[in-house]
Amino acid sequence: MKLVTAIIKPFKLEEVKIALENLGIQGLTVSEVSGFGRQRGHTEVYRGAEYTVDLVPKVKIEVLVGTVDVTKVVDAVTEAARTGKIGDGKVWVTDVDAVVRVRTGERDEDAL
Amino acid sequence: MQPAILLAADPATATLDSGNTAWILASAALVLLMTPGLAFFYGGMVRAKNVLNMLMMNFICLAVVGVLWAFYGFSWSFGATRWGGLIGSSANFYGLGNPDVLDSLWGFGPIYKIGSTLPAGIATAGAGVPVLVFAMFQLMFAMITPALISGAIADRVKFWGWTLFVGIWVTVVYFPIANWVFGTGWILNKIRAEDFAGGTAVHINAGAAALALVFVLGKRVGWRRDPMKPHNVPFVLLGASLLWFGWFGFNAGSEGGADAIAGLAFTNTTIATCAATLGWLLVEQFRDGKPTTVGAASGAVAGLVAITPACAFVSPLGGMAIGFIAGILCALAVGLKYRFGFDDALDVVGVHLVGGLTGTILIGFFGFDHGALAGGVESKRGLFYGGGLKLLEVQVVAALSVLAYSFVITFIIGTALKKLGVFRVSEEVEITGLDESEHAESAYSFSTVLSGGLSHLTGSTSEPSESKSSELSGKGV
Repeated sequence: MKLVTAIIKPFKLEEVKIALENLGIQGLTVSEVSGFGRQRGHTEVYRGAEYTVDLVPKVKIEVLVGTVDVTKVVDAVTEAARTGKIGDGKVWVTDVDAVVRVRTGERDEDAL
Repeated sequence: MQPAILLAADPATATLDSGNTAWILASAALVLLMTPGLAFFYGGMVRAKNVLNMLMMNFICLAVVGVLWAFYGFSWSFGATRWGGLIGSSANFYGLGNPDVLDSLWGFGPIYKIGSTLPAGIATAGAGVPVLVFAMFQLMFAMITPALISGAIADRVKFWGWTLFVGIWVTVVYFPIANWVFGTGWILNKIRAEDFAGGTAVHINAGAAALALVFVLGKRVGWRRDPMKPHNVPFVLLGASLLWFGWFGFNAGSEGGADAIAGLAFTNTTIATCAATLGWLLVEQFRDGKPTTVGAASGAVAGLVAITPACAFVSPLGGMAIGFIAGILCALAVGLKYRFGFDDALDVVGVHLVGGLTGTILIGFFGFDHGALAGGVESKRGLFYGGGLKLLEVQVVAALSVLAYSFVITFIIGTALKKLGVFRVSEEVEITGLDESEHAESAYSFSTVLSGGLSHLTGSTSEPSESKSSELSGKGV
């Protein structure tokens, strides 16, 4: 089992979600996060005083998938989230040792 | 408030003027709204952890000054002159409930002459506005002036210490200065400086006091290191808009009646503010590359401040010039705190002191013959209208006198309160935020999960669990 984590531009969330639904993904978790990459942030000015806002808002999507589906999921997210401009984000995959569905107690692949 | 008090030739002929009275009543309500408006203007500019404290610092001014005004504030500000024009006092005004006060009319006619004394009762006749109506109108000025100071020392003052300061400050600084400028005192009646609605008494006064307190209290923890940007810019513009709305009462109401001069004051209040907004935004465009919302709000307030003393003494084009100049000067002045290293948190010095000085002194240049309109009031012209330097001189004297008195006395009051340990909060409180530490509240509760549960319920035996769970069920994950 794998956990696919994607950091994307917030306005791309809808497209990514649709792409994942089209692959048959049953669930995902979305969080609003802040951070910076090579895009860095921006500058705001209040009464002449400059503030550097170097943490920009992003959306983090987490999807648990079976090992066989990982490549398709990663490709779908990458395609849907891409604008070609700096700041599009990152996708990474990590191993997952165990998964439990809370309601039924099902484990691992059955719980996905 | 140029035409101050007319001594009644014959009180029996005095009659109530319902038109004037209605306008002053409405103006008083307009000016009252300025203090909550100011609270939002300031509240939007502080960090989210201090916004309630900022609102409260303004709102408490309404409560404290209103009570003191009824006891002795109105008497000290508008009673018969004492000590050579340094303060007023009139036994009839204490408590405001005297039948003489209830029945009498306040006069707005030719300038009250020094050396005359008020009659045994109360000055009557003139424009036929009841004394209590006038007293309530002037109360609103006394309320907002200390509130203006609060922005300079945002985020670092104990609430009750501030409340105590407000009571002492209006007593020994505002009431005397209001007497000098609006009442029977020396600025209006001896040197005859022109300040229609309070450029000196309100804005230079508050700005100078703000500067003194900034020195007394010192910088906020983390100033110039931590980001302290405005947490709610829409509040700032909303507050500025409420201020502008209320300012029509402040300026046009200061005529004391509903007439052509009130119309002139209203016009200048509009035109100067428009020009100042443009002036500030142009500075930002050239200096910072972008026109900002906070800049537009600040520019409008700078224009309102600057036109306050001048609004009935200049032509609309003169008002436009004053507003434009003030917008540019104040936009540049707010950067001075970084150069000189004083933490005037919300730029009370840069906007109110600089704007007040600009408007008060520019009357010496743009002063225009309004006497023809008013009928009987001594006309004065500034340098640009052939009046020479005389008016400019008295304007500078009035401005600097108020500045110096306010700065020195405020510095003394502030230092005393700080020594007593009742003024500045601890570093820990400052870092936690004053909303939580001083008021046990938080302004915004965005998350039902993270905002905590009830640890104690008073006056109710019901279990909170049911309502809590239904609240949570709608949230999803």
